Amino acid sequence: MSSGEPLLKVQDLGMDFGGLKAVRGLDLEVRAGEIVALIGPNGAGKTTFFNCLTGIYPPSAGEIVLNRPGQPPRRLNGLKPNRITECGLARTFQNIRLFPEMTVIENVMIGCHCRHRAGILGAILRPSAVRREERIIVEGSYRILAELGLAELADLAAKNLPYGLQRYLEIGRALATEPVILLLDEPAAGLNITETAALDACILRLREQRGLAIVLIEHDMRLVMRLSDRIYVMDHGELIASGAPAEIRANPAVIAAYLGEDDAA
Amino acid sequence: MRVAALLKRALFAALWFMFLTLPFLAVELNPGQPAVVWRGRNLLLVGVAAFIVFGAGGLLSRRWRRRREAGFVQASGPSLAAHPLACRVALIVLSLSALIFPLVFSSYQVTIMTTALIYVVLGLGLNIVVGLAGLLDLGYVAFYAVGAYSYALLHRHFGLGFWAALPVGAGLAALFGVLLGFPVLRLRGDYLAIVTLGFGEIIRLVLENWNDFSNGPSGIANIPKPGLFGLHLSLADEQRYLYYLVLVLALVTVLVVNRLRDSRIGRAWVALREDELACQVMGIDKTRTKLSAFALGATWAGMAGVLFAAKTSFINPASFTFLESAVILAIVVLGGLGSTVGVIIGALVFSLLPEYLRAFASYRMLIFGAVMVGVMVFRPQGIMGVRRRSYRGVAGGGDE
Amino acid sequence: MTYFLELFFSGLTRGSIYALIALGYTMVYGSIGLINFAHGEIYMIGAFTALIAASVLSGWGLNPVLVLVLSALAAMIWAAAYGVTVERIAYRPLRQAPRLSPLISAIGMSMVLQNFVLLAQTPDFVPFPSLIPKFAFLAPYRDILGSSGLVILVTTAVAMLLLIFLIKGTKLGCAMRAVAQDKEMALLLGIDVDRVISATFAIGSVLAGLGGVLIASHIGQINFAIGFLAGIKAFTAAVLGGVGSVPGAVLGGLILGWTESFATGYVSSDYEDVFAFVLLVLILIFRPSGLLGRRVNRKV
Repeated sequence: MSSGEPLLKVQDLGMDFGGLKAVRGLDLEVRAGEIVALIGPNGAGKTTFFNCLTGIYPPSAGEIVLNRPGQPPRRLNGLKPNRITECGLARTFQNIRLFPEMTVIENVMIGCHCRHRAGILGAILRPSAVRREERIIVEGSYRILAELGLAELADLAAKNLPYGLQRYLEIGRALATEPVILLLDEPAAGLNITETAALDACILRLREQRGLAIVLIEHDMRLVMRLSDRIYVMDHGELIASGAPAEIRANPAVIAAYLGEDDAA
Repeated sequence: MRVAALLKRALFAALWFMFLTLPFLAVELNPGQPAVVWRGRNLLLVGVAAFIVFGAGGLLSRRWRRRREAGFVQASGPSLAAHPLACRVALIVLSLSALIFPLVFSSYQVTIMTTALIYVVLGLGLNIVVGLAGLLDLGYVAFYAVGAYSYALLHRHFGLGFWAALPVGAGLAALFGVLLGFPVLRLRGDYLAIVTLGFGEIIRLVLENWNDFSNGPSGIANIPKPGLFGLHLSLADEQRYLYYLVLVLALVTVLVVNRLRDSRIGRAWVALREDELACQVMGIDKTRTKLSAFALGATWAGMAGVLFAAKTSFINPASFTFLESAVILAIVVLGGLGSTVGVIIGALVFSLLPEYLRAFASYRMLIFGAVMVGVMVFRPQGIMGVRRRSYRGVAGGGDE
Repeated sequence: MTYFLELFFSGLTRGSIYALIALGYTMVYGSIGLINFAHGEIYMIGAFTALIAASVLSGWGLNPVLVLVLSALAAMIWAAAYGVTVERIAYRPLRQAPRLSPLISAIGMSMVLQNFVLLAQTPDFVPFPSLIPKFAFLAPYRDILGSSGLVILVTTAVAMLLLIFLIKGTKLGCAMRAVAQDKEMALLLGIDVDRVISATFAIGSVLAGLGGVLIASHIGQINFAIGFLAGIKAFTAAVLGGVGSVPGAVLGGLILGWTESFATGYVSSDYEDVFAFVLLVLILIFRPSGLLGRRVNRKV
């Protein structure tokens, strides 16, 4: 697993908001098929980091390089969000951002958008190539929904989906973009214990079956410790520790900044 | 007790509206002597009307709420669009009656119907921009003007005919759509609305003031009607021919808009409307998607403009005021943002009613405005409502 | 030089009226985060109410100054009433709706108001009586600043000072600021949010109504459609200064007034209204947060 170049390499990443340094000097690596957790107290800069990674904010400093096997390395900073998604990064949002009026399957079909090409003329004239492409999109989307247990609900408006399932749909929508790295922003937030356990299994399955690398921001420590191969800990915009779960658990700086408070409470 | 509260509310509403309308309805400015004429009776009418409307409205909403609590009525209201078969039948019946219309009715009626069909095209075009992509364009009439003036000017200076001007007008309008679209890409809903409004007004003011180019407020006359293989047509036949042309354009518009809506691009528009940021993060190019919506919407307005110029054979800037944009918007809103059949019905209702109910004509704009408010407050999905499409059939048994 | 001063003061008077109306946009935007499309119509309602009141009162043979004061008062009262009604009908039921809905209902409302006045009164321009007395002490400077100009400047200055006092120094102003920042929290703290929003609309409308009276007596004629242009121009002023900022609205109004005045004076008067639109489009494209507005980061 540790052979060769990492899939994603982030070096010295910084993000300023007019004087406020939300992220500083962040170094991070993700290898193929790895589950990496990013933890830290609220306001530590985790979501900002995701936003830099996915092109929502252009980072003020540093390098983000994606190194897909068999392809030349690709520098991601400064690219628009949709370009980054095309390169193979996909994400979910902390506060779910589905397309509420669209149906469940349409949400997933939007994810497929960047992998297909049919344009305006194609849509109007509808030649057989476009019809075939449309069928591929629909079938692929159904497959993803089936994988997540949502196929029955395909025609329901996304806003009418129960909260827990909305989280799954967001994951499904991200999967439809055919990513190599999946970024999950607090996927377990608002889920109860049973639901979290199911999510656990789902994340592991995604790695097994699709060979995805997964980066997750999460506050549920049990989930983090169970799932992740490596953990990065952020505080005040900086990385304060990184390593295997066991190392992190024993790291005094982490305990002081984060786990310590948690245990005392 | 409840009824007493209701009555009190209605009474208060009546008094309030009497107060509001007091200066405008009870007093009439008189150019001669005396300077004002009193007309208190109007005030009484307002009071009684407000009392009845609010009393009845209160009663109805109470009953409705009770029924909803009992589970009889769905919160979102029934959607006519939920019956695809009914929609299809309605479309076919509409098209057939449209086909035989000019054979049955007088040429005056044919002209009115031609105008109505132009509004159908405009409504459907604007529906792409506002209904699907969620970009509130208040300057839509500018593209209509671009189309109309393209034909008028190209004919005047270069003797271009209708058939050559149609694609040119559409193309120029699309170009203007992109030109407008580029700078406003970053703007949010309400700012976008104002900028497009400003853009529309700039175009009109330029047409009005740049005499050398557009002949100013006096406009351009003698725009020819389209020819039919060099045949000499009587005036009535010319009108019929034009009617069929507009009808064909309207049908093509329906077909194209429906196909676009159910396509990859159409889904991207809707997603853009729902959540711009999530849309980008899911890999959709915001710039291209927005611009394509603007350009396509403008294209239809451009074609409608060419037809309008051909129909009236005289155009001037007064035909392209903000009011016209507002009327088209009202059509789209009444029909239901995003609904094709709804927009067709909206366009027919809005353009035909004032023609056939003459008494109602001067109240046209007042009623349009009231309808816009009423629809937004009571039935945001419009008369038809919008049904998202099911993809169960398309998968080819993939889910079974 | 005289010409320059004339243009300077005409821009200043124009601009201060734009500022008065712009304040309404800014305050409403602050409280509900929406642009009140019907605001220009409130201004028109104010102007018409004043005209009607003035006609009635003059008919009773009152002293012109008293007529002016009373009709200005009537204009403000009815403008406020209409503003509150517009909020109640077109905005309040749609507070949770998608952003497009209140925009459309407000456009509808503005069509209703325009055509109501058109139908109830007249589609033509009507002369507005010149009620402002000619000040003798201004006679030497007549070319530069007329009496109505002076009255406009003084009145707007006073109105703005009152507004600033209202916002900074009263309990209502405090509640308004609270509602502007966080509606839900304000509600939890026991502020009647609906009432505060109504009050915001009322105050904005009072200013618009006052602007209506002033411009009507300055220009000397009005019709049902004057609200459209005035609304857009005042909106331009509000955006120019930064929507949501009170000093911004004043600054924006003055800049727009001067731009128009100098541009029509030195460049061309054919395109008088185009300047405002061009300025608006440019500002929205290059600095949508305005001159004094804060840039807001997108929260994800």
